Amino acid sequence: MEAPPLIRDDALLRATRRRRLVSRVVAHAALILGVLIVAFPIWMTLVGSTHDSGTIGRGEVPLLPGTHAVENYATAWGKGGGVMRTTPASLMLWNSLLMAVLIAVGKIAISILSAYAVVFFRFPGRMAAFWAIFITLMLPVEVRIIPTFQVIVDLNLGNTWAGLVIPLIASATATLLFRQFFLTIPDEFVEAAKIDGAGPLRFLKDVVLPLSLTNIAALFVILFIYGWNQYLWPLLIINDRSMETIVVGLSKMIGRGDSQNDWNTIMATAVLALLPPVLVVALMQRWFVRGLTETEK
Amino acid sequence: MQKKVIFRGTLLPIALLAPQLVVTVVFFFWPAGQAVYQSMLREDAFGLSSEFVGLENFREVLADPSWVHAALNTLVFSGCVAGLALGLALFLAVQADKSLRGATVYRSLLIWPYAVAPAVAAVLWLFLFQPQIGLIGRGLNAIGIPWDYRLNGTHAMILVIVAAAWKQLAYNFIFFLAGLQSIPASVLEAAAIDGARPARRFWTIIFPLLSPTTFFLLVVNLTYAFFETFGVIHALTGGGPAKATETLIYKVYIDGVENLNLGSSSAQSVILMVLVVLLTAFQFRAVEKKVHY
Repeated sequence: MEAPPLIRDDALLRATRRRRLVSRVVAHAALILGVLIVAFPIWMTLVGSTHDSGTIGRGEVPLLPGTHAVENYATAWGKGGGVMRTTPASLMLWNSLLMAVLIAVGKIAISILSAYAVVFFRFPGRMAAFWAIFITLMLPVEVRIIPTFQVIVDLNLGNTWAGLVIPLIASATATLLFRQFFLTIPDEFVEAAKIDGAGPLRFLKDVVLPLSLTNIAALFVILFIYGWNQYLWPLLIINDRSMETIVVGLSKMIGRGDSQNDWNTIMATAVLALLPPVLVVALMQRWFVRGLTETEK
Repeated sequence: MQKKVIFRGTLLPIALLAPQLVVTVVFFFWPAGQAVYQSMLREDAFGLSSEFVGLENFREVLADPSWVHAALNTLVFSGCVAGLALGLALFLAVQADKSLRGATVYRSLLIWPYAVAPAVAAVLWLFLFQPQIGLIGRGLNAIGIPWDYRLNGTHAMILVIVAAAWKQLAYNFIFFLAGLQSIPASVLEAAAIDGARPARRFWTIIFPLLSPTTFFLLVVNLTYAFFETFGVIHALTGGGPAKATETLIYKVYIDGVENLNLGSSSAQSVILMVLVVLLTAFQFRAVEKKVHY
């Protein structure tokens, strides 16, 4: 058998190189375009938050930032604005933060406790309880919104933090995640704890919780964003302006989207509303991706 | 799966379970039961008395042209949102999966819209497409396209689809990228040595291997489009103009909260519950398939 002529190999090599180069150029171009599409609405919002309402109202927003940033953010932060004359952003941000943290912490806390009970004990009704929790996976709060709202009214919990937070903290996903993780804790750990005379609560506090820290962190990121972005539920439960959350407050500010509005203040409020969860994702990216891909299994 | 070594006791585990069980029963089973119960009742005009009407409310809802209209809207809306968000995300993920310089930077820059609330996404897109103040909205009018999403139902639908898909893109991208990275390089190299071009490699190897991810994402995207996009529609169009963007969940809200027609609203809720249960059942089937793969 005779070796193929060298010249043909060179041509093949060049063709392959060229194809690789083209493929890379296409990839970079597509990704840059993707990033631009993703970022453009945010960029224009940032730009809008730095011009005065006259410029925006006349439809003359340029592509570059203006000079009114400080006053716009100061107005949004301290006074609020828009056709509905809503609450200052500082107060709404605080309310959103409180809601998001309470939902995240509440969900994690009750999920850890129930998963611990289901995994490390055997008692009558264990499987029934597990299935009762598991089935909640099926129905998001939006589907049963009206009857759940009626329960809140019957319990006199309208316009309260308890009414806002507690119905949202029952979470099958978090319970399932912790159950899955607890099942991987070796039996030897439990035996060792028993021999050392540690009871179940001690074991939970000194062994299980420290082992769960990464899971808790990943879950917290996801649940914080989930809580921060709640819309329909706060819209129904809260009509006291001092408890308004920023996502709902922002949508009230824009009214029906007329051109005559304090768009500069609104855009500054929009930036403030999306900044905290975006920062959480950006700064805790590793936890975020992990939490996301694990909770959805 | 069960543990072999456990703690003894009955009262303690029940106490540990209690918080979650109480919340689940009070805010989940009780309202879900109420929804089913109320869906079979009808209140008189003053809300003073109610009578049992069986499945009458369901019959009326399903025969109501405005419900059918909302169902069709939901179909169009969720189909477009899922198609757009899945297609673009898959394309971008395939590009980001190539060994490129700066791949991690692209990834970071593409995933953060996940954190933006649907209602906030609506405000961002409104600011671009508002016909008098929005950059794109004005541009369209300037080149002779009479764009106004507040008057034209099709425009309104396009705008809510774009805003909803934009937000979901990041989520799909993360999952597609994770799916692509779990495909063994040896399989692709073998195909390349056999002379399969990149396009052929994609359709005959990568796409089939990704199908569990795609199916899972399809269910998630449909659920997202059905329910979580309430914020987008409420903030952007309020279901209008002339109910052109009224979806099923939006109609439940309008009939229950603004029109106070509890019987009809509950019947609609129950129909949605059945729909979600079916979707979730499909999803579990898909997960099982993934195991047997």
